[in-house]
Order: sequence, then C-alpha cells, then structure tokens
Amino acid sequence: MAATEQRPIGFGRLKRKEDPRFLRGEGTYVDDVKLPGMLHGAILRSPLAHARIVSIDTSAAQQHPKVRVVVTGRDLEGLGLAWMPTLSADTQAVLATDKVRFQGQEVAFVVAEDRYAARDALELIEVDYEPLPVVSDVRRALDPDAPVIRDDKEGQTTNRIFDWEAGDEAETERVLADADVVVVTQEIPFQRVHPAPLETCGSVADMDPVTGKLRLWTTSQAPHAHRTLYAMVAGIPEHRIQVIAPDIGGGFGNKVPIYPGYVCSIVGSILTGRPVKWMEDRTENLTSTGFARDYLMRGRIAADRDGRIRGLRVDVLADHGAFNATAQPSKYPAGFFHIFTGSYDLEAAYCSVRGVYTNKAPGGVAYRCSFRVTEAAYLVERMVDLLAAELEMDPVELRMRNLIRSDQFPYTTKTGWEYDSGDYHATMREALRIAGYDELRREQAERRARGEHMGIGVSFFTETVGAGPKAKMDIAGLGMADGAELRVHPTGTAVVRLSVQTQGQGHETTFAQIVAEELGIPPEDVEVVHGDTDQTPFGLGTYGSRSTPVSGAAVAMVSRKVRDKARLIASAALEVAPEDLAWERGRWFVKGDPEQGRTIQELALAAHGTLTLPDGVEGHLDAEAVYDPPNLTYPCGAYIAVVDVDPATGEVRLRRFVAVDDCGVRINPMIVEGQIHGGLAEGAGIALMQHIAFDEQGNCLGGSFMYYGGRWSLEVPDWELGETVTPSPHHPIGAKGVGESSNVGSPPAIVNAIVDALAPFGVRHVDMPATPGRVWEAIRSASGTAAPPR
Amino acid sequence: MQITLSINGETRSAEAEPRTLLVHVLRDHLDLTGTHWGCDTSNCGACVVLVDGEPVKSCTMLAAMAEGHEITTVEGLARDGELDPVQQGFFEEHGLQCGFCTPGMMLTARALLNENPNPSDEEIRVAISGQICRCTGYANIVRAVRWAAEHEAGATAGEEAIA
Repeated sequence: MAATEQRPIGFGRLKRKEDPRFLRGEGTYVDDVKLPGMLHGAILRSPLAHARIVSIDTSAAQQHPKVRVVVTGRDLEGLGLAWMPTLSADTQAVLATDKVRFQGQEVAFVVAEDRYAARDALELIEVDYEPLPVVSDVRRALDPDAPVIRDDKEGQTTNRIFDWEAGDEAETERVLADADVVVVTQEIPFQRVHPAPLETCGSVADMDPVTGKLRLWTTSQAPHAHRTLYAMVAGIPEHRIQVIAPDIGGGFGNKVPIYPGYVCSIVGSILTGRPVKWMEDRTENLTSTGFARDYLMRGRIAADRDGRIRGLRVDVLADHGAFNATAQPSKYPAGFFHIFTGSYDLEAAYCSVRGVYTNKAPGGVAYRCSFRVTEAAYLVERMVDLLAAELEMDPVELRMRNLIRSDQFPYTTKTGWEYDSGDYHATMREALRIAGYDELRREQAERRARGEHMGIGVSFFTETVGAGPKAKMDIAGLGMADGAELRVHPTGTAVVRLSVQTQGQGHETTFAQIVAEELGIPPEDVEVVHGDTDQTPFGLGTYGSRSTPVSGAAVAMVSRKVRDKARLIASAALEVAPEDLAWERGRWFVKGDPEQGRTIQELALAAHGTLTLPDGVEGHLDAEAVYDPPNLTYPCGAYIAVVDVDPATGEVRLRRFVAVDDCGVRINPMIVEGQIHGGLAEGAGIALMQHIAFDEQGNCLGGSFMYYGGRWSLEVPDWELGETVTPSPHHPIGAKGVGESSNVGSPPAIVNAIVDALAPFGVRHVDMPATPGRVWEAIRSASGTAAPPR
Repeated sequence: MQITLSINGETRSAEAEPRTLLVHVLRDHLDLTGTHWGCDTSNCGACVVLVDGEPVKSCTMLAAMAEGHEITTVEGLARDGELDPVQQGFFEEHGLQCGFCTPGMMLTARALLNENPNPSDEEIRVAISGQICRCTGYANIVRAVRWAAEHEAGATAGEEAIA
C-alpha cells in the first residue's frame, strides 16, 4: 500500500492497518470459514407468534439422503440444553418444547451435507401447532385477560417482568405542581428497530471428539463473555473452549447475545463428530435476533415562564418480547435509561420503567447505544422541544438557558450519574456556527412566507459510556473490567492483545496508535491481536462504546508499565539512577545530557540480552494490565438537522446535518469521523424509515430489507462535522468513546426538524419512523384537512 | 452438473446442482469468499460481481446462467498485485469499516467509472443506491469513488479541483 502522507507515531489521522485484506476480498468472516468434513445446519422456525406444540414429526427429514441429524427441543431436554440463560437473568428456549412464543422462534435444527440440503429438509418436518391468543401490543400485555406468555416460569402469572425506578418521585411531583408551565405528552414511542449488521449472525462449531476441545468461530462482539457462558451452560470446561471471532461484518449490539443457533451448531458438532456451520439468513436475523428500543414513553416536563426547566418525569412501558434477552449490566434492568435528564440542570427528576413480555422476538440490545441511552436522549430532546413550543421560545435559547454549565462539572444528576466533564455551551455554539443557525432561521421565515415547509431541528445529548466500574456493573456476574497484554519483541516490534472485539471500528489501527503514543513504537510495528480467547486476556467485549474507554485505557496502562520497566533497563544500560532519566516519545535519556539515552527498541534488545538487570527486574519487556474504570465517560454533542417537507406527499428530505461531537481526546480523527458518519446514517434510518412492526397476530412486518430500509445512499446528505475537545479527567488518555454518539443524538434532531417544519399546521409531534404516510397523516389530523394537492 | 465459468480471466469449473446461485458457487465451490451474501431479497448488494462489466447481484443469477460470460470478483480487481484506483480510493478516504459491503461497492464503482469517468456525487450515490452499507454513512464511499476518478490513469476528473 503506497504511503500517501506522513504517518503519525501516536495519535493522528492514520490510514487503517486492517484495510488491505478487506480491499482484496481476503477478510475472513464466519461464513468464510471452511473446515474439512464440515456440515451445514438450518433452523426450522415457528410461523405462529403463540401456539402450543402438539407434535413434531421429523421422520421424513431424517430420511433425506443428505441429512445427518435432526434435533428438536425434546432432544435438547435430554442434554439439559433446551433452555439457556439470557444476559438478563431470564431463560430462553434454544429449541421450543412446550410452545412457541414469537414468530420465527427456533423449533428444530437440521444438519446436512450442504446448505441447500439442510434447507430442503426443513420442509420435510411436520409440526402440529395449536394456536393461542397473541399479545403483540405492549399496551395490552398487562390486561387481566391477556394470555400469560411465560407460563413455563414458576410463579409467573402475568406478563410483567420488572418494575424499576430512579430519582425522587415525590419531589418531582412537587416541582411539577409548582412550576408555571407543564407539558404533558400522551406517548412518545421509540419504535422497535433492528441493528441489522450487513453480515448476519452465525457460527462454526468444531468439537474435537478426541481432545474434547470445542472451537467455535462465531459472530461475537464479546468472545470471552461468550466462552464463560458456554462453559456455565453446557458444562464444557472453559479451558477446552476456544471462541474465535474472526472478521465481523458489523455488530451494532446485535452480536452481543448468545443465540439458539450458536448452541445448535455446538450440539450438531457434538452429535455428528464433525464441524457444523450455521448461518442465518436476513429474515432470520431481522425476525429472531436481538432487536432494539421498543420503549413506549410518557413524559411530563415543567418550566417556569422565563424558560427555566425545573422537573422531568417519564413513565415507560418496555417491550422485551417473549424472553427477556436484554444485554446490559445486570443491576440495571432498564439499562442506563435513567440518564434521561440529559444535558440539563434540573431541580427534580423521576422515571419508572415497567418491562413486559409480548409475543415478539426477544432482545432489547443496545443498538449502537449504551444501554437505553438512545431512548433517554430521544425522550428528553423531544420534551424540551415540546416545551419550547409551549413557551414560544427558540429551542436553542431554551437549551442554552438550561444546559449544565462547564463550571458545574463534575456534575451529579438527580438520578445519580456523575458527569465527568463537558463544555456544553461551547459545543452548542460550535454547532450553531457551522450550521449558520441564524441564517437558517431567516431562510425558514422566507420559505414559510412562500408556503414552503423547511424545518430546523436541534438536539443536545449526553451519553454515559464505557461500562463500567466493577463495583457497580457486571454482566451475568462478570465484572466489566478488561485486560490487555503487551510484549515488545527483542527487535523492537510489539504485540498487544485485547479483550475487545472490532466489528469495523478499526481496533487494529487505533490500539496500535495508543501503544505508539505511549511508547514511540511506530503503529505499523505493533500487531494488535483480538478475537481469539486462546490468545487474548479476559474482558467483556465491544458494545456500549466501551472499547476505548475501558480497553483503550488498559492498553495505555500496560504501555506505561512497559515504559516504566524500560526505564529500569535504561538505568542499568546507562549506569545512572532511574530518577535521573527523562522520557521523550520512544526514548529514555539522561536529564541534563540528552545525548545519553536509549530508544525503546534498544531497550527491548537489552531486556532480552546479556545486560545485568537491577535487582528485582525480570528480563524481557512485557506487561499485563486489567483496567477497572473509576467512572463512566460522558461524551456529548450538539446536532442540527435541516429538512424540507412536501406537505402534499409527506415526503421528508434531510437536506443538511451538522454534528458537533465532544468525545474527549481523538486518537484517530479519521476513524472517529467515520464512526460518527455511520451512526448518523443509522439514526436517520431510524428517524425516517425503519420499524420492526407487528400485526395483531404477531406477524413481523419488517422481516426483510424489502420492508426494512429504503434507497439508503440517497436518503442521507453529506455530513457536516465539528468538534470540541473536553478530555475525560479520569481516563488515562482523556478519551471518552464515540462509536454510538451519533445514533443517540440524531433521531431527536431529525424529528424536531420535521415537527418544526410542520409547526404552521399545528403539528406537535410525529412518531418515528417519520414515513411519508405518517407525516401526511400528522398534517391532516393537526390541520383537520388534507394538505392541498399541488 | 458441471459448471464452467470464466472468472477474473481464469477458467474455473465446479460440480454443483443446477439450482445453485452464482454467489454460492463462487463462495462455497470455488472459495472466492470475497463476494459476500447479506440478504435474501436482493436488496443489499453485498454479492455484487461484474458480469461482462455490468454490476450484477450474484444472488439473483444461477451459476449455470453465468457460463459464457466474463465474471469479475473483488479478487480480480487488483492487477499484478497493484490495487485498482477504486481499492486505493476506499483506503485513502476511509470508505470501509467492517468491510462486508466493500467488495460489492467497489465493483459497482468500477463499472460506474468505466462508463462515466467523472461522475458527480449524486451519480455515485445513484450507482450504489441498490446496495447497503451499515457502517460508513455513505459519505466516505462517495469520496472514495471520487478519489478513484481523480486518480485513474489518464484521469481528467481531478484537474478542475487542482486548478
């Protein structure tokens, strides 16, 4: 690859080290893994959302000449594997035994000689279902006559999963009663969406019948956590399980949970003695694996006439589907939703969240989001805009009056978060500057005078990412600390081993740059190893924007340990006391005599050579670290969307989008900007197009890319980015994490813009996705008449 | 049945059922795994290859139908180890993240530039509008294709920008 610019040693714009293999078509995704004798699995899924299984007849399938084995829930029961634990202390059927609880649920698993034969054999399985009443509307889940979905669970007599609350209800009610103005919403739903990574989920299981070792290539964002859970569930000793996450074709939270298909591929390999590959198709991905959001929120926000926001209350009905398979720290059943006070300094706040079962696919994954932060940001940013309309105040002015001031950090919110740093007003001002906000408002006035419907929408979000401190956060009992190992070879190149798992975020480049920054070893000389539990230290993986905040910190700390050790070696080599040495990037030298020094590469050779080392200093140049973050990090951003709405068709054109992010120190600005771009497009898709909807019978209406999405590249503009930099004070390199921010901040900006465009019609709110039909309907119902045709 | 294909200038044969899709013969029979598969409805374009220079979703074509046509996959983009300007453009402009859509995007871009050496941003977006990228937000893919246009051998696309 030709060098086209100065390559930074350390932080800076560095082209990605991982790109060449992808550009040449030489990446290795799970479906590219091909082992000798490998068989192929396919899953039979339920066509019904709720039904008792009367009988399953697999005899015809088993007689198919290419079929090796057919597995049902009854077979798994014999192995103790019919049910598996979820990441939220619930259980989930691997293959259904008693009844099916959502359309698309796993019912049987066929293993055959090839992909096509496995699919053919599914057609030969006869299942007799007895249909049951369906709950597909979360509002009906707790009706007294609603069928109980989880009658498999002892003591479960309703569809309620949990009730959870944060903040001070009494104080919030007092403030709401005391304020001049209270805006009440009936409902602000955040619809069910799906992360839909372009690579679907799958696995290749290879249980070696001789050694008893299981190798599992799998689409996993958290290989170590998966390995531990397989050991706990299947009883296979953990040291005999090797989980390999090779190149992963996007994840966005979808690849955090363990899915029945992975377990089936393992069972298939155990039963046949041969490797078994299972890859789901797109419909299976969209209809059965981890969805996101599906929060039905009701908000109340209160302010005084002068625009001082005083209190916020939100009550949520959370649809978790048929199994509570939410992926989040276990002490927080509603994730981090209690960051719903957003970026504002409030007097009081309270939220309640009630989780319920429905006959829909299980999940509640953090789709490019730190555990429900996206729902929270959408709620508060819509509420603030509703309040601005009520106060007849510019939404920017209202926000500027209430944003937490820079001198208030560290700031403790009314629900207990300690925001680490920020200069919110500066971030907002930068967005206004880039957008040319005042000019946009003038243009809007002119267009309105001409009968055109241009809208400007603003959002300001604060995220809480980098979970998290072990004392407060775990997943399935596993603390959320991450390890890193660094070894500098005798000739001065290095290998760093990570617990986190890239799905396109560029870890092989970014983490090499952290080592380069700390040690002065050029990033191209640093090999980054990840995605193989046999080769890497334990840690909980990549989601919730935790790679840089947690694992990035671990890599910085392990690099500093190596640097400290190098100093002792330098003191021996130079025959001076360690205190007499000073560091410049890549080199220890004698204070007052800079010519006398040793580079890190020279010290690596010395550490492995014959130099007599000081007492207590072991040879070689390597170290290990485990990073337990003292707090989460709090990225923020100010976003401005500009839309044009055609009232005759309801069509929304996203004309401009300005995103100013403050994610602290940027290790590789090119990668950071790429992350922001991607999240913005996903956020725009959520705001405008995407919905995993269901009909009354629980039929999924969003189960393919024909119905989920649009002409993607034409729906979004070129993004206009800006930055402010407020380093995290507690992170070793001041970085905060950025992968998800733009998915969090963009939906409210876009919806606010659409509502702003429609304000002349009296529209107060439009639900996502703001499809032409919905927008047209909002105009019609607000103005009482259909918009005039053109 | 025996299926004989001309792929990246080489003659390759596979024994496959008549119903086998081109994408599966490429991936499963011929180990050309650079061509990906991402949906079941021909919406995503991860499987795009060139058939006689035209971008085709290889999940929409039986392998047997491809006999007698010249197929180019991502493995055939580089010449003598040298990256095609399109590949170089994706590298320069951070036009890929997870890499899964990238082969299809690059092949569509190659076909576009063969037809239209100096496309506008809008023309680039239209060309890839039948394909999905979930990572990049498209802007850097547009820049990548433009970079390629400006750096093709004998390109004139970049001259205005330089002037």
